Amino acid sequence: MQHGKYRFIVGFLALPLGLYALFVIWPFIQSIYYSFTDWTGLSPEFKTVGFDNYTKMFHDDVFWKSLQHSLLFAVLLPVVTISLALFLSFMINVGGRRRRGGPAITGVRGSSFYKIVYFFPQVLSIAIVALLFAFAYNPDSGAINSVLRGVGLDSLQPLWLGDPNLALWCVMAVLVWSTVGFFVVLFSAGMASIPADLYEAALLDGAGRASTFFKITLPLLWDTVQSGWVYMGILALGAESFAVVQIMTTGPGGPDYSTTVLVLYVYQKAFRDGQAAYATTIGVALLVVTLLFAAVVMRLGRRERLEF
Amino acid sequence: MGSTSAEHSSPKSGTDGQIAPSGVGRRDLIKRSAALGLVSVPAMGFLSSCASGGGDGEEKAKAGKKTDKNPLAVNETAQMEFVLFDGGFGKEYAEDAVKVYEKAFPKAKVKFSATQKIQSTLQPRFNGGTPPDLIDNSGAEQMDMGVLVGKNQLADLTPLLDAPSYDDPSKKVRDTLRPGIVEMGQFDGEPVWIMYYAYTVYGVWYSQKALDRLDEKYPETWDEMLAVCAKAKKKGMAGWTYAGKYPYYIPFSLYPMIGKVGGREVLDAIDNLEPNAWKHPAVKACFEAYYELQQKGYVLKGTPGLDHIQSQTAWAKGEALFIPNGSWVENESANVIPKDFDLAVSAPTGIDSSDKMPFGTIWASGGEPFIVPAKAKNGTGGMEQLRIMLSEASSKNFTAKVKSLTAFNGGTDGISLTPGLKSGVAALEKAGDNVVNPRLQDWYVKLQKEQIGVSGLGEMMAGRATPAEAIKKIQGYADAAAKDDSIKHYKHQ
Repeated sequence: MQHGKYRFIVGFLALPLGLYALFVIWPFIQSIYYSFTDWTGLSPEFKTVGFDNYTKMFHDDVFWKSLQHSLLFAVLLPVVTISLALFLSFMINVGGRRRRGGPAITGVRGSSFYKIVYFFPQVLSIAIVALLFAFAYNPDSGAINSVLRGVGLDSLQPLWLGDPNLALWCVMAVLVWSTVGFFVVLFSAGMASIPADLYEAALLDGAGRASTFFKITLPLLWDTVQSGWVYMGILALGAESFAVVQIMTTGPGGPDYSTTVLVLYVYQKAFRDGQAAYATTIGVALLVVTLLFAAVVMRLGRRERLEF
Repeated sequence: MGSTSAEHSSPKSGTDGQIAPSGVGRRDLIKRSAALGLVSVPAMGFLSSCASGGGDGEEKAKAGKKTDKNPLAVNETAQMEFVLFDGGFGKEYAEDAVKVYEKAFPKAKVKFSATQKIQSTLQPRFNGGTPPDLIDNSGAEQMDMGVLVGKNQLADLTPLLDAPSYDDPSKKVRDTLRPGIVEMGQFDGEPVWIMYYAYTVYGVWYSQKALDRLDEKYPETWDEMLAVCAKAKKKGMAGWTYAGKYPYYIPFSLYPMIGKVGGREVLDAIDNLEPNAWKHPAVKACFEAYYELQQKGYVLKGTPGLDHIQSQTAWAKGEALFIPNGSWVENESANVIPKDFDLAVSAPTGIDSSDKMPFGTIWASGGEPFIVPAKAKNGTGGMEQLRIMLSEASSKNFTAKVKSLTAFNGGTDGISLTPGLKSGVAALEKAGDNVVNPRLQDWYVKLQKEQIGVSGLGEMMAGRATPAEAIKKIQGYADAAAKDDSIKHYKHQ
């Protein structure tokens, strides 16, 4: 029987662990290894060069700029998106006035309609969203400047993506727009599981919307918020930010490096400049940043779980 | 859970969850599986070959019989694989040429494919040592030519150039090509690594009709240029627009202007990354001239936020008079250019009569780079396919279908040319030998696009940097590129 037990366990674990090792751990090890070589990515020949790539990276202004922007994305995007999503989902689920004959706890009028509207951007691929906004930001005939002209603000015609002071914010706005709906739905699901009698009790005690939100909703939703936070941060460091910057911005990455992010820089080094080894070095830096971000969020977010 | 099943299968386990000493505990299980993970990782190294691995590939095809019809001695039965970039020129012209190949070698199989993802499809095959026999390495996913050459991944095309041409066996292929094509395929020294198939005319594109309406002709000096722009502005039309998001379109008219003002040597010095090449007075004069357009409000408002399509659309709608571009613009913007637009191209305007080269000096060069990989199995087949494409019939077919010239010198007789193409041919005739060919955009892509284009010219043309600041910045980038030993450096021969 003992043998059977081992075989049983090994049989269970071998396949998933093997797949995990092959498709997750092995590529990590490979890229760390390549960061110590001079591999171009276009030929099988390369030699190891020690820490050269890392020295180069620490002296590379564009790397530091990309890192700065990526960190800004990782810090700011979750804050804005999650606060907005929390507000919207609170209004949809809890924030409404009591209507005659209706339940005590309800969302604002038309909340089921809003729920669908907010989720809509999530249905579109991020590439399409980026392209649509690139058109909207067109300073000559785009929607935003046309509206500004329409209301008589002829003198206010910003260049949007063409202006180094605005471009990064334009990109962030698109990311917020396209992801907030997902979190509204996520938090709505979380709020639905909070028992209504807690809210009723709070109402009886005379709590207003704000104190209901901070004293009841937020603490009971904390787990969901925390995982949403990590998810949003990784999204801001990874693929989504790459897509919008690559598709929308000048250059891409400009004007004058004002929108470049780490993922874009990895891509450019590997697939434009034929410096795959240097790209993996930046990739390793990105890995460190992502791990640090997750660790910090987990650490800060740690609090006792409330049972209800 | 593994641990619960372990409990159940152990006859000695107690009901209180205690596991018999010989059983596998929860902690042990976790420890062991972690150890398994650690062991399996290095083990995978032996099992799977790493991404950059790969052998020498299979044997190359044996040479066939050399005849008058088969001067390159192509193996008549070997498969030939051809990967085309499926971009603005489409794939029909190549398919037609493949048919000619198949007719010449009925026993050979041709594997033809067209893709926009050149790099993602072919990079792994280069790494694995099994590349196709002929590649059109073009588009957004173009593989870096400098790296391919530097790593000995390309075949020397000299045998093709020295072979008799398809139409006239007494003429070598190299003697049937347009000026500059062979030189462009060289990187350092004699071997020719790239065969540019399309021939692009760069310059200032405009609507002849719009100029006529202003009662002006194309300006030859900068004072005239400013006068035309002033006149256009009075009629509510901007003088210039450009691809603001991709400011590396500006050099299409700016570089030949620098060449015209200061002579070829200035452009060569810039390409060679010589110290202070950008500090030449001709560069300064031209930068200041372009900056003046911006300062006087002759550049279409909002241009720095437009991409190439948006700027071309604004220009086609008549919002701006001039745009720096290449001959592909006629095809790319075909659906927005009005029928009576009367598209024309001109060599760039100079400063005045003291310029070193005459008006008409223009930038023209090869586009659509075709390469034959060094490790191709049937490289001669790939070259033969190119020889077919450089015949007069194939060249005419290309020009007729996609409105662009080819590397083949001629091939425009007997087919009706579109207005832009006709004007391009005329501009080339006017230029004669005064064709310049700046190489920054194929030698140092990052320097040209991201640094000179976006950070230098883009900022200057948006009015956020003065010419002096832009030149200083660009010279800094060029110096850094010259010092960077991770990129390969080239020199004009």
